[in-house]
Amino acid sequence: MTEQLLASLTDGLLLGFVYGLASMGLSLIWGVMRVINLAHGATMVLGMFATYLLFSTLGIHPYVALPIIVVLSLLFGFLVYTTAVHRVINAPYLSTLLATFAVNMMIIGIGTAVFTTTPRNVDIAVGRFQVGPVTLLSTRLVATLIAVVVTAGLYLLLYRTRPGKAIRAVANNRAAARLMGISAFRTLALSFGLGTMLAAAAGALIATFFPFTILSGAGYQTKGFVICVLGGLGNPTGALIGGLILGALEGIIPVFMAVNWVPVIEFVLFVLILLVKPSGLLGAR
Amino acid sequence: MRAWRYPAFWLTLGLVAAVGIVVFATRSATLREEMFLLLMFVTLASSLNILLGYTGYVNFGHIVFFGLGGYVGFYLMSQQGWPLWWATLAGGLASGLLAWVLGAATLRLRGAYFALATIGVNEAVRAFVNNFRPFGGPTGMSLNFAVYRQYGGPANALWWTFGAMFGLTLLVIVISYLVKFSRFGLGLMSVREDEDAAMVMGVRTPSMKTWAFVLSALFPGMVGVLFFFKNGNVEPGDAFRLQMSIEIIVMVMLGGSGTVLGPAIGSAAYERLRGYLLTSPIFKNLHLAFAGFLLLIIVLFVPAGLVGWLRGRVPRLRRVLE
Amino acid sequence: MTRAFRLSLVLLMLAALALSGCAQATPTPTATQPPKPTSPPAVQPTTPPTPKPTPVTKTVVIGFTSSKTGSQEVPSTGQTRGLELWLEQVNATGVTLPDGTIVKFEFKTYDDESNKERVQQLYTKLINDDKTNFLISPYSSGLTDAAAVIAEQYGQIMITTGAASDATYQKGYQLVFQLYTPASRYLTGAVDLLANLDPTAKKIAIVHENDKFSTDVVNAAKAYAEGKGYEIVLFEGYDSGTADFAPFINKIVGVAPDAIMGGGHFADGSTFAKQMYEKQVKAKFIALLVAPPELKFADIGEAAFGIIGPSQWEPQAAYSEASAKAAGIPWYGPSVADFVKAYNAKYGEDPAYHAAGGYAAGLILQKAIEDAGSLDTDKVKAALDAMDVLTFYGHVKFNTSAEAHGLQVAHEMVYIQWQKDASGKLVKQVVWPAEGKSADAIYPLSR
Repeated sequence: MTEQLLASLTDGLLLGFVYGLASMGLSLIWGVMRVINLAHGATMVLGMFATYLLFSTLGIHPYVALPIIVVLSLLFGFLVYTTAVHRVINAPYLSTLLATFAVNMMIIGIGTAVFTTTPRNVDIAVGRFQVGPVTLLSTRLVATLIAVVVTAGLYLLLYRTRPGKAIRAVANNRAAARLMGISAFRTLALSFGLGTMLAAAAGALIATFFPFTILSGAGYQTKGFVICVLGGLGNPTGALIGGLILGALEGIIPVFMAVNWVPVIEFVLFVLILLVKPSGLLGAR
Repeated sequence: MRAWRYPAFWLTLGLVAAVGIVVFATRSATLREEMFLLLMFVTLASSLNILLGYTGYVNFGHIVFFGLGGYVGFYLMSQQGWPLWWATLAGGLASGLLAWVLGAATLRLRGAYFALATIGVNEAVRAFVNNFRPFGGPTGMSLNFAVYRQYGGPANALWWTFGAMFGLTLLVIVISYLVKFSRFGLGLMSVREDEDAAMVMGVRTPSMKTWAFVLSALFPGMVGVLFFFKNGNVEPGDAFRLQMSIEIIVMVMLGGSGTVLGPAIGSAAYERLRGYLLTSPIFKNLHLAFAGFLLLIIVLFVPAGLVGWLRGRVPRLRRVLE
Repeated sequence: MTRAFRLSLVLLMLAALALSGCAQATPTPTATQPPKPTSPPAVQPTTPPTPKPTPVTKTVVIGFTSSKTGSQEVPSTGQTRGLELWLEQVNATGVTLPDGTIVKFEFKTYDDESNKERVQQLYTKLINDDKTNFLISPYSSGLTDAAAVIAEQYGQIMITTGAASDATYQKGYQLVFQLYTPASRYLTGAVDLLANLDPTAKKIAIVHENDKFSTDVVNAAKAYAEGKGYEIVLFEGYDSGTADFAPFINKIVGVAPDAIMGGGHFADGSTFAKQMYEKQVKAKFIALLVAPPELKFADIGEAAFGIIGPSQWEPQAAYSEASAKAAGIPWYGPSVADFVKAYNAKYGEDPAYHAAGGYAAGLILQKAIEDAGSLDTDKVKAALDAMDVLTFYGHVKFNTSAEAHGLQVAHEMVYIQWQKDASGKLVKQVVWPAEGKSADAIYPLSR
């Protein structure tokens, strides 16, 4: 029992880091511009496919490919923001929901036409370490490490650099930030780009351990919502903690009941937290 | 009841009635099946519009009522031997009840928080039904073919189901207009414009919102029963598709939320367009991308939807397009 | 400027609307109508028609949908290819009815996107607009279940292939006939094999996909195994599309079973096998559904080694005219070798069982029409009810009781295992039943 708990919890927590990474993007975009990015899952899948293509056609190792994907996805984020989101950024929030959902449909639509819905794998050599009852896989450990590094990087960016401070200022009060001479458009585009980048990076990491199809995004996206609410909507670093909480739940619950009850508990918890404390378990910002 | 005095009322009702009459006149089974889906989406979109269009609350989980109502009705038919009619009513009531409970809790949330909560509710209910043994768990339930004999054989049963669907669509249109032109409707729209101001003016927003939610949930519940009766089986994956919720929102937006004609036209257009794209050789693989593109264009440039845009453009049409 | 732009947008939307309105009932079938069944080959084109009346040719329309997109794409393609090979071969001569009419066949088919709703829409359309005479099922139990309702509602015969779930045949249908060995007998042979290999093995863990087919399989396997004295130490389902099996694998490790059984379809099954390998799960015997018989299963490399899987049919199958004679049942259609050869010539690869099932669906329908000597639904149904035949695909006979009409009762599964040949390459070997095996099973699995 304890052995199983230990193994299960380790798996859950390691995965929690990566889920947390993805959710940081969701949370950042929400925090800065009050937009629920419904193209988040699709963006993660783009990260997965980018990894897959770079690996299978050019033979670039996923970890080497990560910087390339980061840059590409940042640019992709700018593009999406400029074409689809900026125009409705001040409209009722239904508009931004639908605009990002439209982007989601386009990504999945074009992706289905190009890649079909056949599952893909990125087959890289997997190292294995045995620590007591726990089997650790190298891909998970590296992914966790990268997730932590990226989180630290994001933190530094937000708190130590000018653009980062601009982002926080805009998140705090867009009108006041503009009065201070901060370009709302540039800052918002940057935040959206960062959010998109985080999603794609997480997708690229997930691709190294799970198979995926062009439709895989939906599941990760709903998980992302749960994590954001656990960690506090609009609190990017909190999202990482949210990810860990979710990972822990996914590790602990199956020890005591059928695995299929996990989503029931997750989503009931999600709705309850929204009702009782909409700003999230860890509070806002 | 001033609804009858508006030409818009008769126009919308006439359009829907024409669909049913054509089907009954031609007796074509293919046309009937296609129009069943069309009317189903008209009903789903129109019922969503009662909440989304009138109060401005975005429900991402409209399909949960469709799924749950369908499940309850199907359970009563297949396990308890209820006839279709009572099961349909029961399915609607079950959904209404769920909406009443949920509404009291979740409608306190504003804006995107409410939208997120509805996503959570949909997923939670789906996951629960997936584990709920009396409803067949993950593999769902199916009807014994002999059930159709009560209705004079399968062919007749399908015609009856279509008839019932047709009736529901007419009903939802009538109710949409009645609500819109009533004091109740006015209260709902004041919530949409400025909820705080409405409360200050003495509009009892909490109970109004809840009743709008219940009303908007009754129809998908009944539609679900008819749909799954026609299909002969029900499974969690088919009953609670989040994607479908969002598509219904798109339909409402396409036509114009807040109007009655808009959702009806929007859902009919979207359904037909999707059907066309799916079977056209050029767009077959790109139908989703194309639909997404269309949606983006609407959101960015014509946010009021087709009917809303026309109303804004040609003021004289306002009495006709409502 | 913007006004004109918006106006044109609205016009565009209106045009789209009108377009979709017109397009209403006329989606063009993605026609697979190979060699148009024209009149019989002109014998003497220069001389005037011979006094003997040329035989009448009738074209029979067979309708089905296939999954060209969506989750069932891979196996569905194989099934369609099998069907197309049959069509090509049968139309070379046609089927001659007692009254001298030559029957040729034509397919009407659409893409169902692996989507149930589409299946029902399209089968309704096939029956009412394309005026099909007979139907063949889509691939997968779920889609077939949806299609069978329509076939039955409109009174058309449907031969189902690629669909093993028992549940479809327990709903009082009369016109639906199953070619696949039903799900309830999918893993029972694996239990027998385990008993044969190791009488001391006692604990089985079952982890399966939560869909109709897999649930039918494991429920029957569980009852069967418990009847044989096995202890089912874990019995859990996972959702279709699951990518992370860690929670299940941790549970399996926790209960330390002798054997692991379950799985579902191709994608999840191969992932499950792969992740069990990564985590070095210790079990002596692993049998999974659907995925192992596919050649693509070998792509997971070492993780495939030793995995056992039930298969409807394998190219090594030992069905022949001689074995038909020995069993006292009639033989029909091409030999196994001929089928494999023709398939290989047309598509450049060996047929997997989905392709064989597709071909067999056409073949059985052809046989039923010959037996009935008619195209009349009632007569063909009677012929199917009476069918008892051996083909390259195996023994085919249908249940005719009221409770489970149409259920396949004669066809048998074979069990394959991925082993290594002399050069260390992964190869499929038939390991069960004993009389048809091409190699001994590797047991226990060591990792």
